[in-house]
Amino acid sequence: MRSVKTDDAGSKLFDLANIALMLALVFVTFYPIYYIFIVSVSDGNAVMRGEVAFWPIKMNWSTYSLLFEDPSILRSYANTIVYTVVGTTINVVCTAMCAYPLSKPHFYGRGFFTLLIVITMFFSGGLIPSYLLVQKLGLLNTMWALVLPGAISVWNMIIMRTFFQGIPNELYESAEMDGANELVSLIRITLPLSKAIMATMGLFYAVGHWNSFFGAMIYLDDKDKFPLQIILRNMVVLGEMSGQTQEIGGIYSAVTATNIKYAVIIVAVVPILLVYPFIQKYFVKGVMIGSLKG
Amino acid sequence: MKETIIVRRVPDRRQPAKGISWTLMKKSKYYYLMFAIPLLYFLTFDYIPMFGILIAFKDYSVFDGILGSEWVGLAYFQEFLSDPYFYKILRNTLLIGLYQIAFAFPAPIVLALLLNELRYEKFKRFVQTVSYMPHFLSTVVVCGILVNFLSYDGLVNQALGFFGIENIHFLMIPEWFRTIYIGSGIWQGIGWGSIIYLAALTAIDPQLYDAAKIDGANRWKQMRHVTLPGIAPTIVIMLLFSIGAIMSVSFEKVLLLQNGANFDTSDIISTYVYRRGLVSTDFSYATAVGLFNSVVALFFLTIGNYISRKVSETSLW
Repeated sequence: MRSVKTDDAGSKLFDLANIALMLALVFVTFYPIYYIFIVSVSDGNAVMRGEVAFWPIKMNWSTYSLLFEDPSILRSYANTIVYTVVGTTINVVCTAMCAYPLSKPHFYGRGFFTLLIVITMFFSGGLIPSYLLVQKLGLLNTMWALVLPGAISVWNMIIMRTFFQGIPNELYESAEMDGANELVSLIRITLPLSKAIMATMGLFYAVGHWNSFFGAMIYLDDKDKFPLQIILRNMVVLGEMSGQTQEIGGIYSAVTATNIKYAVIIVAVVPILLVYPFIQKYFVKGVMIGSLKG
Repeated sequence: MKETIIVRRVPDRRQPAKGISWTLMKKSKYYYLMFAIPLLYFLTFDYIPMFGILIAFKDYSVFDGILGSEWVGLAYFQEFLSDPYFYKILRNTLLIGLYQIAFAFPAPIVLALLLNELRYEKFKRFVQTVSYMPHFLSTVVVCGILVNFLSYDGLVNQALGFFGIENIHFLMIPEWFRTIYIGSGIWQGIGWGSIIYLAALTAIDPQLYDAAKIDGANRWKQMRHVTLPGIAPTIVIMLLFSIGAIMSVSFEKVLLLQNGANFDTSDIISTYVYRRGLVSTDFSYATAVGLFNSVVALFFLTIGNYISRKVSETSLW
C-alpha cells in the first residue's frame, strides 16, 4: 500500500518518535489519576515515606470505609445526586423546547428570537447583577439557585437545533398528510428519532452539574445543602477535615489526611470516568456539529 | 459573469409580507406555546441582569432597589481606573489570556497533527480516549490535584528530588503561578481541543495527498502543504474564539489556586469583582469593574472578528 518514498529512514524515525511522544502523553494524562487511586488504598505510613509510586503498598480499603461513615460526605453526595438529576431534567426539557421551534422554518419570528438568544453568548450582566437577581427571586440557599440559572446552554441548544434540522422534512410532510398536527408529529417523529442527542445532551449537562462548584459557593449557606464539590474543596484544596474524618488517629491508625483527600477525589470522579467512554462517540459528533455548522 | 445572466424577477410567494403577519403567527401557535418557557428563561436570567448593570452607574442601596438608587454617573469607573491596583489586575488578566493563546492554543493543533500521523488505528483511538479524560474532571478536582502534587513534599518535588533538585514551594512563588495555570490548562484541554481539528482533518480530500506524493513530497512536506492549509479555516475560527475569550480567564481555577503568597500574579479582574462585590458587598463598584471587563472582552472579540474577516473571510458575524 505505502509507497517507497514515505518509508525511508527519516519517516520511520518520525513514527517511532511520534509513538514515544504519544505514550508519554498517555502516561502524563493517566498517571496522576492512577497515583491518586493507589495512594488512597495504600498504607498511610508508606505514603508518608514516599514509597508509593507505581503499586499500592499494603492495599486496604479502610480509608473508604472511614469516608462512608462521615455523615457530611454522605449527605453532600446525596445532594449532588439530587441537584444533578433535577438540574439535568430541567436542562434537557428546556433546551429541547427552545431548539425545536427554532429548527422549524415556519416558526414566525425565528430570526429575531435566535438573535435574542445568541446575544447572550457574547454579553451578560456579570456576577453581581446575576447574584442580586437570584437574591431578589428568593432563591438564595435553595436548590433552585443551582438549577434555574443556566437552564439552557445556548451552545447545546444550537447543537440540538442542528440535529433537529437534519431530520428529513418528508417525514413531517407524510405525517401531516395522515392528519397529524404539530404536537403529534413532535411526539411521534421528532422525539423517537432524537434519543441519541437527548441522551448526549443529558450527559453533558449532568457532568456539568456534578462538577459545578461556584454556584453552590455563592448561593448556599446551609452546610446540609452543600454538594460534593464544596466538601471536596474544603478538604482537598483548603485542607480542612470534617468532624468525623479528623479523628484519623483512632481506629484506623494507618490512615492519614493524604489518604482521605485522595479517596474523596476518587469518590468524586468515579461516576464520570465510568460514564464518559460510553458517550465518547456522541460527544465527538456533538462537538463537530456545534463548531463546524454553528 | 453576473451581468451576463438575465434574471427574470418572479414574485416569491413564500416571501413573508413586510410588517407583522397575523396569519403566519397563528400558524406558529404551537411553536409559541412551546417557546414561551425558554423565552421567559432568557428574559429572566440573561436580560434582567443586563438591565441590572445600571447599578454600576448608581449608588446601589438594597433598600431603594435598582430604580430608586441615586445616579452617580461614572464615579465608580473613575475610582477603579485611578486605583494603582487597577494596572496590576489588568496586567495579570491580560498576561494569562495572552499566554493562553501563545501556549495553550497551539497544543491541540500539534496533538491533532501527530495523532493524524499514527498508522495504527487502535493505538490512535486509545490515545484519544485517554487524552479526553481530564476534560471531564471538575475544576475543584484539578486544583486539588495541583495543590497536593505541587506542595513542598508533594509528588512533583519527590520526583524532582530524584534528580537532585531541591524542593520548591510552587504555589507560594508568584513567578510560578502563570506556568502552573497554563500548564494544567493544557493538561486538561489538549485532548478535548484536538477533536475539532481531527474533524477538520477528515474533511481533507485524500487525492491531494496522492498528488503531493507523486510530486515527491515527503511526510513533512505533505503536512506543510496539504494538511495545514486544509485545517487553516478551523484554526482561524478557533483563534478568533480565543482572542474573544482573552478576558475570561477561568475564575474558579484562579480562585482555587490563589493564596496570600501568590497574589501578586494570581489576582485578576474577576477575582477582584468577587472579593469587592460578594465578600465586601460593594455591589456598585464591583458591577462597574465587571462591566469594564465585559466591555474590554467585547472589544477583543470585535477586533478578532474584524481581522479574521479581512484575512480569511470567515467570521462570527
